[in-house]
Amino acid sequence: MRKRSLDMVYELAKKDERIVFIGSDLGAGTLDNFRKEIPSRFFMEGVSEQNIVGMAAGMALEGRVVYVNTIATFLTRRCFEQVVLDLGLHNVNVRLIANGGGVVYAPLGPTHLAIDDIAIMRAVPNMTIVAPCDAEEMTRLMPQTVDYPGPIYIRLGKGGDPVVSDPAKPFRIGKAIEMTSGDDVLLVTTGVTLKIALEAAAALKAQGTSATVLHMHTVKPLDTEALLSHASRVKAIVTIEEHTIVGGLGGAVAEVLAEAGFNPAKRFKRIGIPDVFPHGYGSQATMMQHYGITTEQTIATVNELTHGTTT
Amino acid sequence: MTDPLAIKLDERSKALRRVIIKTLAAGQRGHVGAAFSLVEILRVLYDDVLKYDATQPKLPSRDRFILSKGHGCLALYTMLADKGFIAEDELWRFCKSDGMLGGHPEHHIPGVEASTGSLGHGMSIGLGMALNARIAGASYRTFVVIGDGESNEGSVWEAALSAGKHKLGNFTVLTDYNKHQSYASTAFVQDLEPLADKWRAFGFAVRDVNGHDVNELREVLTKLPPDANKPSAIICHTVKGKGVAYAENNMAWHHQNKVTAADAEKLIEALEASR
Repeated sequence: MRKRSLDMVYELAKKDERIVFIGSDLGAGTLDNFRKEIPSRFFMEGVSEQNIVGMAAGMALEGRVVYVNTIATFLTRRCFEQVVLDLGLHNVNVRLIANGGGVVYAPLGPTHLAIDDIAIMRAVPNMTIVAPCDAEEMTRLMPQTVDYPGPIYIRLGKGGDPVVSDPAKPFRIGKAIEMTSGDDVLLVTTGVTLKIALEAAAALKAQGTSATVLHMHTVKPLDTEALLSHASRVKAIVTIEEHTIVGGLGGAVAEVLAEAGFNPAKRFKRIGIPDVFPHGYGSQATMMQHYGITTEQTIATVNELTHGTTT
Repeated sequence: MTDPLAIKLDERSKALRRVIIKTLAAGQRGHVGAAFSLVEILRVLYDDVLKYDATQPKLPSRDRFILSKGHGCLALYTMLADKGFIAEDELWRFCKSDGMLGGHPEHHIPGVEASTGSLGHGMSIGLGMALNARIAGASYRTFVVIGDGESNEGSVWEAALSAGKHKLGNFTVLTDYNKHQSYASTAFVQDLEPLADKWRAFGFAVRDVNGHDVNELREVLTKLPPDANKPSAIICHTVKGKGVAYAENNMAWHHQNKVTAADAEKLIEALEASR
C-alpha cells in the first residue's frame, strides 16, 4: 500500500507541476525515480516533522499540492500544532501519507504504534481522513487527492495486505462503500480491517445472520447518510478498527447513532484497542489477536448483540 | 552599531506609535512592548524594502512577509492601515466581536500571508514560500520576523537547518532582539548568546543592526542578501517598549489589558516627551 501510494505520487507529479514531495528521513532508495527525474520538487528534509509540515503549508499557500510522508505517529503527534494551525487553519492542500497506521510496527513498541492517529486527526477542523483497505483501493484514491480541497490524512497499512476491495464499486472520498448487503446487522469498518468484516459477514451468513458491511474508508467527513440509512434497517451495529476505541471510527459512529435517536435504540459495540498502551511486541497479527480485532471476535460480538449469546 | 536605547525617534516613528496606542485603547488590550520594539523594522520594510501593491494584496510578484511573532500585531496592523491594505477604521475595532483584527494576525486580513500567534511557525511557512519561488523561478523574496523569546522554539532551528541546507538567498529572517521575553530577560529565561554565531553556524549570512535606527536598517535591508548563496539573518537589536520611558524594558508592559483612555493619554504624553 505504501509503495503504491508513493509510486502514484511520482506518476501524478510527472503530469502535474503543482505536485511536490517532502519526506523526513525515509528508507534508502525511496522515490529515487522522483528525486532523479524531478529534483526541484523532491525534498528530504531530515527528522524535523514540525518544519516539514510548516514548509508544506507554505508551499501549498503558493498553490502547490504537497505530499508529505513519514511514520504515522510522528506525523500526528510530533507536529500536531503544525497540523492544526499550518494545515487545518489555513485549509491547505497538503496530503499526509502516514506509514504504519494501527499496530503495523508492533515489534517496535509503543513509540511507533499509531493507535490514536484517527482520533487525533478527527479533532482538526478541515482535515479529511482516509484509510484505504488495500493497494488497489490506494490506486483509486490517489488521483482524487490531487484536487480535493483541504488537508488529507492518508493512513497506510502494512504493505502486501490482501486485496479485498472490489474494483466494480466506485471509490469516492467521503462516500462509504457497501461491500455486502444484509438486514440483520451492520458492520462498519475502515482500512485493512475490512477483511475481518468481510470474513465475519460470510461466516454469519452461513449461520443465517445477514450482514451489511460498510467500508468507511473516509472516516472524516463521515458518510452519515450511508451510515444512518443502513443502520435504520438493522438491530445491531458493530464497528471494527485497528485503533483505540476512543475517538476513532467507533467513536464517530457512536456519536451519529446516539444523536439519530433510533427508537428502539440500536444495539452497538466497538471492536478495537482498549484505552491502554499496548503491551508486548510480536506482530501486527498477534497484537490484533490479543485485542480481539479478529473475525472470531466480530462474529461473537454480533451474536451477543443479536441473540444475547456468545459462540 | 549605535545604541538602540539612545536612538531619538523621528516624527514618523512617533506617529506610528500614536496609532498603536489608539488601537490598543480601542481594544483595551494588547502586546505593547513587542509592538513598540518592532516599529522601525516594519516601517523600513514597508517603506523601503518590500515590493507590494496594497490594492492587490495577492499579486503573485509581491514579496512575502510573515510576522512570526504574531503578538507584535499592533505594529503590523498599523503599517497595513498606513499603506492602505486595510481601512484605518478597522484599527478601532481591534479585538472587537465585529472586527477583522484580533490579538494575533490571521491570513484572511489583506496583507497577512499566514496566521501566527503560536510561536515557531512562521519560519517554516516562509521557508516553503521561498522554496516555491525557487521551484517556480519566481523573483519574489520572503521575509520573516521572529522574536527572541520565539527563538526558544526548536522548530525555529529545524527551519534554520533546512534554509541553510538549501542556500536560500531569497529568504531573510529578522530577529526582533529586544532581549526581554514575557517572564524576564532572555539572559535569565533562556540565553540566546552567542546569537549571531548560532545563525552563522546554521549557514546564514548574518548582520547585526540597531533595530530602531532607520538609516542603519535601510542600509542593511536594501542590500539583501549579503551573500546570494545563503539565507540572511538580520539580528535587530531593539528595546522592548521603545519610545515610552516607563514601558521600556519593563516586563509589566509585555501585555496589558484593561487599558483605559487615561492610560492611553499617559502613553502618548510619555511618547511625546521621549528622547
